[in-house]
Amino acid sequence: MGLQSFLFYYFAIVIIATAALTVSRRNPIHSVMFLVPCFIHTAGLFLLLGAEFLAAIQVLVYTGAIMVLYLFVVFLLDLPSFRIKKITHQQTPLAVLAGLVLVVQIIVLTVVAVFPRPAAEVKAPYFLGNTEAVGASLYTTFLFPFELASLVLLVAIFGAVVLARRERGEELP
Amino acid sequence: MITLTHYLVLGAIVFLIGIMGVLLRRNVIIILLSIELMLNAVNINMVAFSDYLQNMSGQVFVFFIMTVAAAEAAIGLAIVVVLFRNRETIDVDRINVMRW
Amino acid sequence: MTDAVALVPLFPLLAVLVNLFIGKRLSKKAVGILACGAVGASLGASVLAVAGLMAMEVGHRSVEVILFPWIVSGGFQVPIGFLLDPLSAVMILVVTGVGFLIHVYSTGYMHEDAGFARYFLFLNLFVFAMLLLVLGNSYLLLFIGWEGVGLCSYLLIGFWFTKDSASDAGKKAFIVNRVGDFGFILGMLLIVYHFGTLHYGQVFARAPELFHAGDLPMVLITALLFVGAMGKSAQLPLHVWLPDAMEGPTPVSALIHAATMVTAGVYMVCRSSALYELAPVILSLVAVIGCLTAFFAGTIALVQNDIKRVLAYSTVSQLGYMFLAAGVGAYVAAIFHLVTHAFFKALLFLGSGSVIHALHEEQDIRKMGGLKKYMPTTHRTFVIGSLAIAGIPPLAGFMSKDEILYEVFNAGKGTGWVLLWIGGIVTALMTAFYMFRLVYLTFYGESRMDEEVEKHVHESPPPITVPLTILAVLSAVGGFLGIPVIKKWNIMHNWLGEAFHAAAEHTTEAATHAASAVSHLTVELGLMTVSVVVAVSGILIARTIILRRPALAEKMRNDYSFLYSLFLNKWWVDELYDLTIVNPLKRFADMCWSVFDVKGIDGTVNGTAKVANVSGGVLRKLQTGFVQNYALGIVIGLALMLVLAFF
Repeated sequence: MGLQSFLFYYFAIVIIATAALTVSRRNPIHSVMFLVPCFIHTAGLFLLLGAEFLAAIQVLVYTGAIMVLYLFVVFLLDLPSFRIKKITHQQTPLAVLAGLVLVVQIIVLTVVAVFPRPAAEVKAPYFLGNTEAVGASLYTTFLFPFELASLVLLVAIFGAVVLARRERGEELP
Repeated sequence: MITLTHYLVLGAIVFLIGIMGVLLRRNVIIILLSIELMLNAVNINMVAFSDYLQNMSGQVFVFFIMTVAAAEAAIGLAIVVVLFRNRETIDVDRINVMRW
Repeated sequence: MTDAVALVPLFPLLAVLVNLFIGKRLSKKAVGILACGAVGASLGASVLAVAGLMAMEVGHRSVEVILFPWIVSGGFQVPIGFLLDPLSAVMILVVTGVGFLIHVYSTGYMHEDAGFARYFLFLNLFVFAMLLLVLGNSYLLLFIGWEGVGLCSYLLIGFWFTKDSASDAGKKAFIVNRVGDFGFILGMLLIVYHFGTLHYGQVFARAPELFHAGDLPMVLITALLFVGAMGKSAQLPLHVWLPDAMEGPTPVSALIHAATMVTAGVYMVCRSSALYELAPVILSLVAVIGCLTAFFAGTIALVQNDIKRVLAYSTVSQLGYMFLAAGVGAYVAAIFHLVTHAFFKALLFLGSGSVIHALHEEQDIRKMGGLKKYMPTTHRTFVIGSLAIAGIPPLAGFMSKDEILYEVFNAGKGTGWVLLWIGGIVTALMTAFYMFRLVYLTFYGESRMDEEVEKHVHESPPPITVPLTILAVLSAVGGFLGIPVIKKWNIMHNWLGEAFHAAAEHTTEAATHAASAVSHLTVELGLMTVSVVVAVSGILIARTIILRRPALAEKMRNDYSFLYSLFLNKWWVDELYDLTIVNPLKRFADMCWSVFDVKGIDGTVNGTAKVANVSGGVLRKLQTGFVQNYALGIVIGLALMLVLAFF
């Protein structure tokens, strides 16, 4: 077993375990805290695949920003003290069945499927260095969607402010 | 040797965990976290294919997905805040005003 | 000058428009002046136009004024155009002349009514439609006027629409007229089919070229047109609406249901004389129907107790005379009687209106009597009108009625025609009787009024008495328009002769036929004597029974109780119609409603709604409102799609 295989299995096992823990914890703070290593290990997986830029983004944005935001909200609402009696939903059996069927289907499909290899010549620019390559692609082919993404973020900011803002004179709950 | 299929199966498992979280949990925060998990599973697939096909588009898409995930988290959490403020609950089973 | 004919219908139309938009804001005085002024101006224009027509050469007195094309559809064209010839000249003079007097009368009669402006709006609209009817140069324009006067008749019969009987009478008039109009429309369509046009001149010119006398198309066309005339002119069996139409205000009864509109059928038959001459069968039918109607309505009028109803049945009877005349080809006599009848029947109706007004809307002649001393002018004019209609020489009714009887007698087509003549004479006797029964019961004898009413009885104001006087004069001297015996002085014949040249041959032929047997003059004078004797004896019988020996009336009532109740109940025609037509139709309509409508249509509609409701009730269970149920749906759907796509 080479280093690469070892690393992959390490990352994969940690990701699956933390993900399962995230979903199954009663206390939301625990859930959020378990999701952080999950994302960090995903970033490791990205490194393994040669996507250094995305690995960095994953740690900075996902783990650093989004998860912190979640934590803030959980603290703000004082959620740990807010108990829901039953963790699971009444549709559990059906949902579990459907989910299992789905995952079996996907795994069977991915294992069975044969993915075509691309022609060799497109390899060349890839090895410019990952961040450069992403940048080149982002500012040429995907320039318009890139600008649009900024707009999405702007709208999200406005939306969040408008939604969460209290009307003047509105009392705290 | 780690092949594309390994990554895809890993993505599938993480995705399933996310789905289970959405379908089974009643806590809104955890449902949102599960959605993040599902997006993450998709990201793994994207990067794996990008490596496999030697094509940058996959990675650029991950970049966009992260953008959308950030926006979604912002809006989703704002909604949770407002919801909690008005209804004093984060249990989705008790959010049923739209019911017939 | 003849171009003034275009102005004749214009004035009433303008008045209608003014009245329609600002009538409610005008004072009663302004509305009255507007309405009367419009008809007066129309009368002036008519006189001008007719004077122009008189100045033209005999035999060419026909002017067509085309205003603008209306319907242009390939070869079929109908312009809006007016035809001024001797026939329409007479008609517009009668319509505007009598119409003007009745408008003036109405300003007095309707003065206290809240719907004053509305009344004059309808009345002017009526005059407009009537003028369109008589002036139109094609059957289609005639038909528009025909329907227009029908509409106004409906509106004015139901003028006091809050009264059930009035609105019912309006509906009855309208519906019965629909039967006739249906025939008229079919007749028009046949004309279009056979001639390709509705223009009078073209139709009448082509008819003798295309058809021989007695050809089926001609018979059908004229029969259908006559059905229309039966409806409009209240001939058997479509007469039932006219007596009920007396629910309207009395001036309306005078103008529409005596003087003008109901004579439209006579006018139409006379106008179409060229067609009727080609269908002798139908012409005979016209005569028979006319005679039967005259007799039938006369019998009813004998015993009615409502002053307006007596006059209404008298009108039906006199219209029967006109059709009788037209049916024997004596169109001039028919129009002549139409004119004189317009004078004296308008007079009688207006006089009865004056009486009714004075007695505070009392119409039952059993509650009148002795009015002579209270209402001298009304009494005098009413008696003149009664003498005229009874046929006392030299008043108008004598001249025209005698001419009709003479023509019938001379038609000379065998014994059948003698029966028609006898029918005419008997009706004349009855006419004299019922009119003077009315006069004696109303104006003579002891008063049978309530004391309270009697105290307030008074003569009517000038707007009412002046038209009465004028009409009385016209009724008295109007007959000299058609002096019998001396043909050269007979203005009516000389004037109208050319309008009926086709018919003229017919009458001449008949006349020569009769002349071969007996000398012309002897017959005419002999018949005249008979008429006068009949009229005078009718009056004397009325005098004897009503004034001298009321016990005799009682005795006759008992001895001939069947006949009495037959006449009193109008031969039970209304009941017969109820039994055979109205009630079965009602039942049919009820059935359509309860079966077809409620079960069929409503059932379908409600069924559709129920299906939507039930399926919605089932389907809405799917909409739980729980987001996670929907998410599960997505997951299951995804799994199923993968199954379908790959497994």
